[in-house]
Amino acid sequence: MTITEDAPTATGGNGTGEVGKARRRKEDQRLITGRTRWTDNITLPGMLHIAMVRSPYAHARITGIDTSAAKAARNVVGVFTGDDLKDIQGVNANAWPITPDQVTPNHLPMAVDRVACAGEIVACVVARSAAEARDAAELVDVDYEELPAVLDMKEALTDENLAHPDLGTNKSAFWKLDSKEAGTGGDVDEAIAKAREDGVVIEREYRQQRLIPAFMEPRSVVVDPTGEQITMWSATQVPHILRFLLAATTGVSESKIRVIAPDVGGGFGGKLQTTPEEFIAFAVGRQLGKPVKYTETRSESLLSGHHGRDQWQKLTLSATKDGTVTGFNVELLADLGAYVALVGGGVPVLGAWMFNSIYKFPAYRFSVQTILTNKTWVDAYRGAGRPEATYGIERMMDELANELGMDPLEVREKNWITHEEFPFTTVAGMTYDSGNYEAATARARELFGYDELRAEQRRRRESNDPVQLGIGVSTFTEMCGLAPSRVLGSLNYGAGGWEHAHIRMLPTGKVEVVTGTSPHGQGHETAWSQIVADRLGVPFEDIEVLHGDTQISHKGLDTYGSRSLVVGGEALVLAADKVVEKAKVIAAHMLEASADDLEFSGGRFGVKGTDKGLGIGEIATACFAAHNLPEGIEPGLDSEATYDPVNFSFPHGTHLCAMEVDTETGATKMRSYVAVDDVGVIINPLIVAGQEHGGLVQGIAQALWEGAEFDENGTLVTGSFVDYTLPTAADTISFVTDHTVSPSTTNTLGTKGVGEAGTIASTPAVVNAIVDAVRHLGVDDVPMPCTPERVWRAVQSGGADRQVESAGDAQPHFGAAAPNQDTPETEGGAQ
Amino acid sequence: MTRISVTVDGVEYSDEVEPRTLLVHYLRETVGKTGTVVGCDTSNCGACTVHLDGSSVKSCNVLAVQADGHEVTTIEGLAGAAASDGQLHPVQQAFHETHALQCGYCTPGMIMQAVDLLAENPNPTETEIREGLEGNLCRCTGYHNIVLAVQQAAGAMSRPVPSEAGSDTGASGVSGVEREGVAS
Repeated sequence: MTITEDAPTATGGNGTGEVGKARRRKEDQRLITGRTRWTDNITLPGMLHIAMVRSPYAHARITGIDTSAAKAARNVVGVFTGDDLKDIQGVNANAWPITPDQVTPNHLPMAVDRVACAGEIVACVVARSAAEARDAAELVDVDYEELPAVLDMKEALTDENLAHPDLGTNKSAFWKLDSKEAGTGGDVDEAIAKAREDGVVIEREYRQQRLIPAFMEPRSVVVDPTGEQITMWSATQVPHILRFLLAATTGVSESKIRVIAPDVGGGFGGKLQTTPEEFIAFAVGRQLGKPVKYTETRSESLLSGHHGRDQWQKLTLSATKDGTVTGFNVELLADLGAYVALVGGGVPVLGAWMFNSIYKFPAYRFSVQTILTNKTWVDAYRGAGRPEATYGIERMMDELANELGMDPLEVREKNWITHEEFPFTTVAGMTYDSGNYEAATARARELFGYDELRAEQRRRRESNDPVQLGIGVSTFTEMCGLAPSRVLGSLNYGAGGWEHAHIRMLPTGKVEVVTGTSPHGQGHETAWSQIVADRLGVPFEDIEVLHGDTQISHKGLDTYGSRSLVVGGEALVLAADKVVEKAKVIAAHMLEASADDLEFSGGRFGVKGTDKGLGIGEIATACFAAHNLPEGIEPGLDSEATYDPVNFSFPHGTHLCAMEVDTETGATKMRSYVAVDDVGVIINPLIVAGQEHGGLVQGIAQALWEGAEFDENGTLVTGSFVDYTLPTAADTISFVTDHTVSPSTTNTLGTKGVGEAGTIASTPAVVNAIVDAVRHLGVDDVPMPCTPERVWRAVQSGGADRQVESAGDAQPHFGAAAPNQDTPETEGGAQ
Repeated sequence: MTRISVTVDGVEYSDEVEPRTLLVHYLRETVGKTGTVVGCDTSNCGACTVHLDGSSVKSCNVLAVQADGHEVTTIEGLAGAAASDGQLHPVQQAFHETHALQCGYCTPGMIMQAVDLLAENPNPTETEIREGLEGNLCRCTGYHNIVLAVQQAAGAMSRPVPSEAGSDTGASGVSGVEREGVAS
């Protein structure tokens, strides 16, 4: 590890030294022995099972539903249609209307008269067993009148057919950030016009294919209406948001709803949603007054859990001939699918502050048009807006380097913010607090053997080796720690970005830590224990972290956007400091000393210059007895804190990827991958490395294997794990990871967040490597996923299907006003 | 309904099942072995992997009636009698030590498959490990630490056997992989 700046003292001087230790996880014991509490494991007395009836059509009017055969089936307790539930089912809300006039279709959990995408629920069957429910669901007879389906987002722009006829348009919202108008930079049109005369202009159009989060645990929900409160267990990332929206849209008092996220098997944004299935289970449980469970099949999950990405990116980069970028214009089309999901249109907007990445661009414009189609709705997937942005800019920086005959690292270095320039306010108006791109890049080069691999690449080119070598670069940053509430307010986001923590000092000296974050694989129980152990000077083993149950953790904003540590961790620090403050007053009383003469170290208050002292656990015990407390002091050390971040955090890193490309077959093979990330101060290096490895493979999978494909009728053809091809162990390699450390200056711990880094950085590194391997054959792009067929086609056509820019006379492959001229095969479909 | 007798984690169970019942559903719903989970409906993911008479099977791909008269071991019985003392099977221990799990959903199946792999090939190369786990999907770890865990477990399990090369680590597989810089 390379320390590039002095780390702040995260321990508060308590010297347990937990922060930075590769602690093995507390969570593991139950997970490796099968003592798990996944939602689907929960069984309640008399529990009934729900099976959904889903539309096979992408767009259709429901003209009739005959439920009689299903109702008559064995052990069926009830069959519900949209008509039955319409008054109580609530709404799947959009929490972030990105413009005041955003067109937002009403998203009912169960469709009432029209379905807008395949997989939408039109009825449900409740039976005594899951198998009986599913059998009877087959007996529900639904009549549909098919409507024209809008499937292609560019065609949708014409409004010829409408995804929602009642709305009159497929255009949901247009959102723009222009550095000239915002006063954060110059005029991008001017910069591009000038570069057309005496510089270089790179114009490209890239496709961010549609992805499916594909968490391993299928979503499941159990609702128990027995008793005073209605309890919902759900495989969710967001129990607090779910509780709020159930109450806000069904009219049930929030105080009557308890939501529990028990063990949750992955999310990656895919469980950052309030789902139709949760709302239907809630309604059905209330209707029947009995506990109900719904667990989706994998096929249902892939079809009706939200999808991610799905953009067209029209990018124009202007530069001087020495490689200094003068302007960057970003025009996005983003397919939202059939509904504007919880964060929906906001996901591409998050890219607005990230397309300029680590660079000092003087002029910049970002715009996005969000579009409704008759496909599965789209929302956050690991990285959410930032992988798309990083892909766009990092592909463009490679194109610029190639245009100028420069090394891709050299062109980046020419434009990036140097470490002396922090804090740095970017052309998009974000203030980056810290970073050191030089250090991360130098370390990555060294670990990768950059010069040696370049030499090998030259040798293979010269010998005309059928297997060519390509080197892909991705220098990235991201914004984490969502988010300062005021910023969210200014963007019309429907909630704040704070986080809550509560520390309970138990009479025996043990400690309970309640967090408002909601982990689903991240290891918070371990890392949070490390933070609190240091802060309070209590043993790691004596701390229990509680989460994911709104009755225990009444306040929180859950886990997404790499926010848990940066925001939730700081709330822990604040709560712990309050415990120490309270304890100090009592310690002074018990030790008959002035509070000023006390010092807190190693979990003990000592009287300066003496050996007198008291442990914080002893003070907790004394509070429990409350026999001898100072006048007017309440018995108890328990403290809570709510932290609202002052800024985002900005992890960064340099990733280098070597790909071998067989020019005869199009097969690609990853040779090596080096990731040097700067995520600020590391609480637990083992957990950080795990996040990086997993993130890398998800980003690599976008580059090479994954893509959600619909046929011409709007049927998802990648609807099972046979066709939606997650990478296996045999597809991937072991990685080399390392870190530089530029502590964040905006939180006490100096942390920046790591959950999304690997996914954000790796996709362009891989595609850049593939293009680099076959660039000399006339290839300047391969659409993702870069399947062997697509690579082979690109090599065969030698870039002939694209108007290649000739040096010094850069011709756009699209006119500014002309519709897209890309050949259809770049859009996907070919596998 | 058909009556079956199955020994699960050392205990014999006798139950009436519908002939169509999958072994995984029998284990979860009838026997209560919820440590074994369902991750897909096309037998791609391997989350439900258990041992049937000592060999790994995807329990979504076996009918409960096919297990009649046979012995099933799940993640909950893997450590055997030692589990009552809090002891772990070496593969479970290695998964913990190398941080080879995050959300943990694929972990029971992954561990059961890794145990089977090591039974067939006690000293696998990295490639052999990767190919041996190809039928088990993980979305969290990127497989990096899972491969490491299997290598470490191979070392631990082979340790009692005298090593002719004089290797004192016994973990010859570990050196074949580039360790990432956790400790650096």
